[in-house]
Amino acid sequence: MSEPVLEIRDLHVDYGFGDDPTHVLRGVDLTLHRGEVLGLAGESGCGKSTLAYAATRLLPPPGLITGGEVWLADRQGRRSDVLGLTDAQLRAARWRDVAIVFQGAMSSLNPVFRIGRQLTDGIRAHRPGLSAGDLEARAAELLEMVGISADRLRAYPHQLSGGMRQRVMIAMALALEPQVLLMDEPTTALDVVMQRQVLEQIMELRDRLGFSVVLITHDVSLLVEVADRIAIMYAGEIVEEATASEVYRRPRHPYSAGLLGSFPPLHGPRRELSGIPGAPPDLQRLGPGCPFAPRCPHAMDVCRDVRPVLGPPRTGEDRRVACHLHDADLVAAGVGEGSGAISGVGLPPELAR
Amino acid sequence: MATSTTAIEVAAPTGADDVGQGVARPGRRPRLLFLRNSKALVGIAILVFFGILAVVGPWVAPYDPNQVSTALLQPPSGAHWLGTDHTGRDILSQIIVGTRGVLVVGLVAGLGATVLGVIVGVTAGFVGGLGDEGLSALSNVFLVIPQLPLIIIIAAQLPSAGGITVALVIGVTGWAWGARVLRAQTLSLRKRDFVEAARATGERTWRIVLAEVLPNLTAIIAAGFVGTVTFAVLSQVTLAFIGITPVSEWNWGTILFWAQNNLALQRGAWWWFVPAGLCIALLGMALTLINFGIDELVNPRLRSTGMHARTLRRRGIRPRVGFTPVVRDQWRAARPGEEER
Repeated sequence: MSEPVLEIRDLHVDYGFGDDPTHVLRGVDLTLHRGEVLGLAGESGCGKSTLAYAATRLLPPPGLITGGEVWLADRQGRRSDVLGLTDAQLRAARWRDVAIVFQGAMSSLNPVFRIGRQLTDGIRAHRPGLSAGDLEARAAELLEMVGISADRLRAYPHQLSGGMRQRVMIAMALALEPQVLLMDEPTTALDVVMQRQVLEQIMELRDRLGFSVVLITHDVSLLVEVADRIAIMYAGEIVEEATASEVYRRPRHPYSAGLLGSFPPLHGPRRELSGIPGAPPDLQRLGPGCPFAPRCPHAMDVCRDVRPVLGPPRTGEDRRVACHLHDADLVAAGVGEGSGAISGVGLPPELAR
Repeated sequence: MATSTTAIEVAAPTGADDVGQGVARPGRRPRLLFLRNSKALVGIAILVFFGILAVVGPWVAPYDPNQVSTALLQPPSGAHWLGTDHTGRDILSQIIVGTRGVLVVGLVAGLGATVLGVIVGVTAGFVGGLGDEGLSALSNVFLVIPQLPLIIIIAAQLPSAGGITVALVIGVTGWAWGARVLRAQTLSLRKRDFVEAARATGERTWRIVLAEVLPNLTAIIAAGFVGTVTFAVLSQVTLAFIGITPVSEWNWGTILFWAQNNLALQRGAWWWFVPAGLCIALLGMALTLINFGIDELVNPRLRSTGMHARTLRRRGIRPRVGFTPVVRDQWRAARPGEEER
């Protein structure tokens, strides 16, 4: 595997400055390798967007990063901890090393300025020496890159369709050729046809320019198609991380299995949609055990008392899962003995394929 | 699964005490939210102090403010805490008795201007068309009239320009800015979906205005009211200072009028004008602090920051948009019990 460009270690984030803040991220570990597309999936409110914003320190008040490290590599391969950068360093690193396509990017364009002016704004801020002609040429090049003809540079945002505006946002994010592109639900406001076009565009650009992508979405079926690796988040933690096909074919965490069971498969035999019963937990009142335990069909006694750690499953595969069902030590110690789910063959059938 | 979640929620209030408190907490918060803001709290405390003084002033004042004595122009002493003026009148008593005049004029003028502003502004914004044009033109006219000269002319023409008259004049001339702000906000509100929905369900216009639009304007109206009160207090003090209003009627401006006319500054009689000036500044500060408090209450972004200003200072956090603060220190210390998990 190629070297990591973005490495998030044990990231903790709180919301609220008072005495009882809500802990929305609780020790998130995530590594993005060069040229990779990493999908981040989970229910609304599980901390996907918070993770992206915290990793770039864009989280608005009352967000507060309370621990961890975010190592970001620049183009020369030097790594620095985003959480330790000064304001000026942070400003310089943004857009040059890491860029974001925001949620609702369609309304992020300023309606009173032409597309060309907005495309060149960021370039001008980071490379003050460029001439107007150079800027114009670069903006045209960027626009062509995302499949919009260069004569639209003089168009206003309202003269473009939703898909085109989304492409402009992507072009803007790529203006300084960042190493890492964070995309926060970039296709949510688009229809399915446009979604596919935009994503294919991103993947093609990724192959051409070689940047890495963190793609945040709650649409797991989309991720299965475009992502190299998928991390599933639940209640501010990553509960499973593996290659896309592994997650799709052999989900190890009951929550991943539930997520995959809640949308229809595009190929293969028809199956009944299951969904996940219950509602996401209140992050202010989490018990000591696994946060998914109250909704988990395979919950054991140990799940309610001990929080599972993200690690390789007992089958020894190259993936990580935070679930007692797959905890090698636990099985060896015989904690789950006789609880049905873990004795005998060991795993519930849908998690043991 | 769903049933077990419900069971936990039902059991919570009757269960362990700590869980019960956890449930009760969200309900208690909204009522005390404004008072938990230290800026608003200081502002309200000062305002309440002056309010009490305004009510009981004439009874607690040590002397009759008009009582002349032989102690001419005395600096502060045991008998006269804030000294005396050129005819031996007690300055502390003048300030205490004058508080009522200042506050009554401020509140009446603020109330009048706010009510006028709400009526004109919301009506103009909501009805649109010709009515809007007319009312907007009216507020524009009042906006360009130089306020203080107008007040001086009106106050000077009236035979007995007492406190209430001055208040009414200030109220009648000071509503236009509020009306313009409210009109703009109403214009934006009446196009929102929830107002359209109310109209589609056949709500009467007055009910839409009162129940759908006005609650959304509360913060602007409150802030405008506080601002107008500040303006009214300053206008009244100015009028008294330049001697437009009867000098026999005590307020802080009257004290400054006497001090100015009798060369207090040149004679070095600081006790004559400093206390009155400080009172004006204090009242203005109190109103401004309340305005900040309202702002931090209605703006959710400022709310968490404003409520926990002290905690933030102690932990060295400077909340800014675009640069999320990183605080690694207290993470585990602040949360007892986290380690055991």
